Amino acid sequence: METTVTKTGTEDKIWGGGNQPLKVSYGKMMMWFFILSDALTFSGFLASYGFSRFKFIDSWPIADEVFNHFPFLHGVDAPMYYVALMTFILIFSSVTMVLAVDAGHRMQQKKVIFYMFLTIIGGAIFVGSQAWEWKNFIKGEYGAVETKGGQILQFVDGEGHRVGLKDIAIVDTHKDRAQHERKNGIWFKKEATLPTYTIEEIRNGFEKRKDLLIRTQTLTEKGQKTILSRTESLKRMQADAIGIVEGANLTHNEYGTPLFANFFFFITGFHGFHVFSGVVINIIIFINVILGTYERRKNYEMVEKVGLYWHFVDLVWVFVFTFFYLV
Amino acid sequence: MAHDTAHHESNTGRIWKVFILLSVVTIVEVILGIIKPAFLVETTLISMKLLNWIFIILTIYKAYYITWAFMHMEGETKGLRRSVVWTGVFLICYLVFILLTEGDYVFEVFKNGYVSWDF
Repeated sequence: METTVTKTGTEDKIWGGGNQPLKVSYGKMMMWFFILSDALTFSGFLASYGFSRFKFIDSWPIADEVFNHFPFLHGVDAPMYYVALMTFILIFSSVTMVLAVDAGHRMQQKKVIFYMFLTIIGGAIFVGSQAWEWKNFIKGEYGAVETKGGQILQFVDGEGHRVGLKDIAIVDTHKDRAQHERKNGIWFKKEATLPTYTIEEIRNGFEKRKDLLIRTQTLTEKGQKTILSRTESLKRMQADAIGIVEGANLTHNEYGTPLFANFFFFITGFHGFHVFSGVVINIIIFINVILGTYERRKNYEMVEKVGLYWHFVDLVWVFVFTFFYLV
Repeated sequence: MAHDTAHHESNTGRIWKVFILLSVVTIVEVILGIIKPAFLVETTLISMKLLNWIFIILTIYKAYYITWAFMHMEGETKGLRRSVVWTGVFLICYLVFILLTEGDYVFEVFKNGYVSWDF
């Protein structure tokens, strides 16, 4: 029962290969060291996120304003509720995993099947939720204006509530700017999708609505975004604004610096990929448990090894949650 | 492993206890993150808001329980535990320290240097 490998007859000989260093099987020890190296990769990402954040410490986007959606609650400001729920789902799937490992130690196949099933479901829900978060972030909510220097200007009304581009723009019906497609003109040239409104439409609308003000990226002492006066707002709209941004991608981000979007996509994407591969590995082991492979081996150590990986994914999420959503 | 089967007899009680603990800590974090108490935001300790320190400490507390209880690090030998945990903790602290110091320096350059970036 020492390992999953057939005995070699060298168990008692220290140099014969049958001895277990650190009293742990080969597979489990290698899983630990893989986890260590993966933890260092993740901390490299998170530390460079910290670097960029310290670099823009007075203009970083406020996470509560970015991630404030909840399924089926449209237009309700729900900061962090959904991501807190996701965190619970992942922690809970970690619990069911450790219960599966525990049942495995006691050789209870039925219980292992049940708990691993719950773990897989939890992981799948988590990946789905992550995709939904991405969708909201990419789509954006209010839209903003970008300046020559790449700064983001957002719009608020007199009371400080955010105002979307669609409520500002005075749509020019004689607009003749069309998107250049591959089928027109030179075949190898095309342009990206045009934004819904042009900067002129927003500029005209902004001048008409006297209550509108501009909110810059700069944070005040209290950690809120600076709101400019009406005259300053008009000046910035006239002199600096060159284009509009809706949603976020790797080069433009309506919520603030594009670096925020880059790190968000990269870190949560890398973590999501880990969750996805964790689910796939769990499914493989789950099938093996159903087939009774480990019953025949009289040893459920494989469940323990994938369990280690699964807990690690949860561990990373605890840190991502803190540094992206809370701090 | 024979010794494992022995002391794994009834671990479920502890698992649920740790789960409740992790849930409570997460709830506290979320509540603090939503209400953001003024005195925690305004007080700073070593150039960081007190609230952020609380979040980081609670996170490390959670990480400790996940590693020790769920990943069962407490049951491994001292050698394995140290070779994994100490290596990770040392390298991560080092990396975070140099990168954050550098980030703060770049911020000062942006702020006080002769570079105009807000246009």
